[in-house]
Amino acid sequence: MTGSIFESEKIKGDFPLLEREVNGKPIVYLDSAATSQKPIEVIDKMTDYYKQINANVHRGAYHIAELATSEMEETRAKVSRFINASSEKEIVFTKNATEAINLVAYTWARSQLNEGDVILLSSLEHHSNIVPWQQLSSERNIQIRWIPITQDGQLDLSSMDELLADVKLLCVSAVSNALGTINPVKQLTDAAHQVGAICLVDACQSVPHFETDVAELGADFLAFSGHKMCGPTGVGVLWGRLDLLEKMPPFLGGGEMILNVTSDGFTTNEVPWKFEAGTPPIAEIIGLGVAVTYLEKIGMKAIREHEQNLTSYALDLLTDRFGDDLIIYGPEAAVERSGVISFSYRDIHPHDISQVLDQYGVCVRAGHHCCKPLMTLLGVNATARASLYIYNDESDIKVLADAINEAGKIFS
Amino acid sequence: MPGLEDLYKEIILDHYKNPRNQGELSVPPAIMEEGFNPLCGDEVKVYVLTDGNVIKDIRIGVQGCSISQASASMMAESVLNKTLEEAKNLIERFKEMMSAHESNIDSAELSEDNNENSLGDLQALKGVVKYPVRIKCATLGWNTFDQIITPKE
Repeated sequence: MTGSIFESEKIKGDFPLLEREVNGKPIVYLDSAATSQKPIEVIDKMTDYYKQINANVHRGAYHIAELATSEMEETRAKVSRFINASSEKEIVFTKNATEAINLVAYTWARSQLNEGDVILLSSLEHHSNIVPWQQLSSERNIQIRWIPITQDGQLDLSSMDELLADVKLLCVSAVSNALGTINPVKQLTDAAHQVGAICLVDACQSVPHFETDVAELGADFLAFSGHKMCGPTGVGVLWGRLDLLEKMPPFLGGGEMILNVTSDGFTTNEVPWKFEAGTPPIAEIIGLGVAVTYLEKIGMKAIREHEQNLTSYALDLLTDRFGDDLIIYGPEAAVERSGVISFSYRDIHPHDISQVLDQYGVCVRAGHHCCKPLMTLLGVNATARASLYIYNDESDIKVLADAINEAGKIFS
Repeated sequence: MPGLEDLYKEIILDHYKNPRNQGELSVPPAIMEEGFNPLCGDEVKVYVLTDGNVIKDIRIGVQGCSISQASASMMAESVLNKTLEEAKNLIERFKEMMSAHESNIDSAELSEDNNENSLGDLQALKGVVKYPVRIKCATLGWNTFDQIITPKE
């Protein structure tokens, strides 16, 4: 990709699913915050894996087992470079981001946190970065504190000093899945480190869309999923600082995570395999590797630029066309947000909006987006959410606007 | 709107725009239950006041989509002044209609029409079966009402 011309038409052609129709209309996929579509390279690679080199990893001393192992481990190195980790040993493959966060909750947190400690969460978190901490909280009598939000869905950092008292763990998303807010992660991790806290960043909505540098973010742990970044479902990543990972107890027990087992006990394998019990999702990991290469080929800077431009176009078009009838939640300016556009239209329930939109081939999410505490703060039960990615363009936004207008006609 | 007529029938939109039996009742003597649809965040409160075996009053508060609101409104209208047995019977038949397979809808309609236990206006909600995600919206109020009138074990 060169210059500022983003070849979205060509990119769209890389995704076979986007050729299909829904209800007789060309599909307009606007739910990439839930899961992205997959480019043909990823799909082909996974099929080839099963056709050519399917074998269990780290076990057999035969040709195809070595091929499978080396392709999987190459992906680890690729992912490590992609987020600027200092070592590929810092990359733990999980089944999804939720498991990555739970891994930290069950190993690091349960070995480090005690009664009276405080976990600080942002009010923008997804349930996957709330519930594991609530489970721990009720088990250990650990307090959970929330960073409040402002009217426009940004974190309110005005009383950070008080919020940080006795905090041992800060959990924050880099980008909100419900509102698209880009959080000031570096500022937060700096402040948390000042009081000796460890920082876990939920990067599910940032890694697919922005350049990611774990060192620059100041994170100690970072979790993300493969399926939101053009990769397959079934694989997620936990990045952790090596010194922390090495001291942590293992998570699940089984094969792969051990060095030795006797009738009396076991010794654990090295990092990261210590955390990868059982046969991993080999095809999915290899597919994720191809997705990383695909995104790198387009360039993360170009991706962000395209999404910011398109978001700006969408915000303007929706505001111009529907005025006060359409409320967009979250920060006002495209520069402060990702390609997530959460909205409500008149008093039509988001469920009904998405049902009518589907009739026009438009796929959007309707509901609480796994952020019920946030929805309560916003005073809404649900919103409709359109979320953009590399394969979307201005024509998709026009179809969206026309379909919203049709919903208005039915429920007027 | 081509394709959506089965879902958004006129009578459904009417109940959505002008919901019947809205509001609250004092508890006690009324009984209240809350229901949630975790998928979409819809919430319903159902208040029931009985006099002996008869449903003297029923009030509904829904925060939800057109289908969940209309279905709860139609339910309230159809069980008011019925006996608990009659209401229980109606719940069962409504749930049965909601669990019919899409391919059986038309034949189900025929047998319903010839049946003295016809669901009447409630049959308008039959189209929901074609949209499986929305079945939970249609049954939310009914399940909550069911919790009130079915004695707990």
